[in-house]
Amino acid sequence: MPDETKGPESVSPPAQGAKAPEAVPVPEKSEARQAASQVNSGEVKSSTAPTSPLGEPKTPEEAKAATPAKPATSAAAKPAAPAATGAATAKPAAPAAAAKPAVPPKPEGPKPEPWESELVATLKQRYGSGIVEAVSYLGQKYMTVDSSILPEILRRMHDDEGFDYCVDITAVHYPKREQQFDVVYVLYSFPKNERIRVKSRIHDGEMLQSAFSIWPTADWLEREVFDMFGITFVGHPGLKRILLPEDWKGHPLRKDYGIYQQDQEWVKINLGIESGQ
Amino acid sequence: MNDATKLDYLDLDTKDNTFLDTTEMVLNMGPQHPSTHGVLRVILKLDGEKVLGTECVIGYLHRGVEKIGENRTYTMFNPYVDRMDYVAAVSNGLGYCETIEKLLNVEAPPRAQYIRVILTELCRIASHQVWLGTHALDIGALTPLFYAFRDREEILKIFEKYCGARLTTHAFRIGGCIYETYDGFEQDVKKYCTFFLPKLDEYEELLTTNRIWVTRTKGVGILKPEDCISLGVTGPVLRASGVKWDLRKAQPYECYKDFDFEIPTGVNSDTYDRYLVRIQEMRQSVRILQQAVDKIPAGPIMAKVPKVIKPPVGEVYHSIEAPKGELGYFIVSDGSTQPYRVRVRPPSFVNLQALDTMVRGMLVADVVAVIGTLDIVLGEVDR
Repeated sequence: MPDETKGPESVSPPAQGAKAPEAVPVPEKSEARQAASQVNSGEVKSSTAPTSPLGEPKTPEEAKAATPAKPATSAAAKPAAPAATGAATAKPAAPAAAAKPAVPPKPEGPKPEPWESELVATLKQRYGSGIVEAVSYLGQKYMTVDSSILPEILRRMHDDEGFDYCVDITAVHYPKREQQFDVVYVLYSFPKNERIRVKSRIHDGEMLQSAFSIWPTADWLEREVFDMFGITFVGHPGLKRILLPEDWKGHPLRKDYGIYQQDQEWVKINLGIESGQ
Repeated sequence: MNDATKLDYLDLDTKDNTFLDTTEMVLNMGPQHPSTHGVLRVILKLDGEKVLGTECVIGYLHRGVEKIGENRTYTMFNPYVDRMDYVAAVSNGLGYCETIEKLLNVEAPPRAQYIRVILTELCRIASHQVWLGTHALDIGALTPLFYAFRDREEILKIFEKYCGARLTTHAFRIGGCIYETYDGFEQDVKKYCTFFLPKLDEYEELLTTNRIWVTRTKGVGILKPEDCISLGVTGPVLRASGVKWDLRKAQPYECYKDFDFEIPTGVNSDTYDRYLVRIQEMRQSVRILQQAVDKIPAGPIMAKVPKVIKPPVGEVYHSIEAPKGELGYFIVSDGSTQPYRVRVRPPSFVNLQALDTMVRGMLVADVVAVIGTLDIVLGEVDR
């Protein structure tokens, strides 16, 4: 709010962009504000966390907010790139400032911080770029690893690092990303009283090594992931649907599966009715 | 096999033991079986009365809660979580609200935390009462069911007076509680504590030294601590195997740090120990209740939370100790008003997986006892 009142004042002496970052060209600011009014969230995301590893949820945002969201994300995404390359010239400073006032007054928004520990250091040393990132967000630690080394990492977590309890295995679908799925392993260590998450990004159709031989609890959890997302786990003792009927078609927790959608054919054959709705 | 034995086998009159067929048999139990607590179907592979293996068929109550969550706003989804473990709806709501609060980086005010703890512990007792009644009923003791449901009624009355609902309460909101306690709430809870402790002794009188009960439960459905951990089993089942782990102590949430209570554990990891652990847990809950009612502070009951909830981009996993075990929520926010992904880690679902390990080599009647001792709610297993 204070930024908005300051804006018009500083606009009156025109084209002194190099001096003060607040001196924002009028059209750009109004554009940004308009965008903000359309989708506040789009602004928050691109301005607070351009460097954050959580950039990926852009896609659902677009899907949800339909067309008006698109100019918002593109307008806000622009300043991030030049600002990073060179801040010396006056030009990039202005768009960077344009993004700033659009941020709704959220003082200290939690930011993902790098997760630094002995474990991460040794893993990074051992696997190099295989460890895509290691982040601590709101005090919760998670790392994203390349899917090729995932089985090795999980085995190591269990055998050497004492993560003896696999709390949960689940997935998240990002249809617009090239690697569509995040597979998430929530692990807990009884001796350390510590909880971490190991994530891996995979393509649609990519197969993962089953964690059943490490934690037997993975049996049903992986079956559920298979049922809901269609992710196949190699080496699973009996990978079949668990919550839905075995001959059901489709994987409901994928984003392209609508909430009213269902396997009409199955409903007709098995329930003897035209529609389940 | 030579010819002689072949003939013997066919000659039904001469050999008595060949008269009875000794081949393995597959038996379907459920989904309409009363002892399966809902719509669980267990396929049993039997050798006579002995269980060789089981397979659970679940999903009959699948409502797609996680999908619904992605299509509702954060606030709108709140009542839905009550429908998962409907026996302990308050705990579900607590877990959900806390997860969103964590995502928003706010904390409920102290008074709200106390109200939450009181209601959640009442709910734990109510949930254990349902467990006790139905579990004993499955095994053949009819009376505990009536005792347990009679006393549970008093808890439901408190819920009803507090928020108008008895079962699916929707008692909490993101950021705290929406209702201030009614006049006489503390007295009601105190009264319940003094009323309930003798009743608990009554339950114990009926069962703890009851010869039939002891024979039916001792040594039945053993799940060793290492199996518990590798199978991800939590809650009273884990504690009955001797692992002293309770999220209220291990990673305290709300104001559980303020209370003095113990984590009861078992020794023999069998059905009888699980019974003892849950009975002790009810006593500990009463202890927490008594302390909470005495200490409950004054103040606001709602944190500063925007009307439209839009958590920043990020993801959070948070779990609480529900009556049945670790209840976790994994929520991914894309910065909009609707969660991008809601994952519920249900304790019943994971605990049910241990059924096969527990009943192998046991009798069919023990399967009934083991399903009871796992304390599953199919609404939560299937979601």
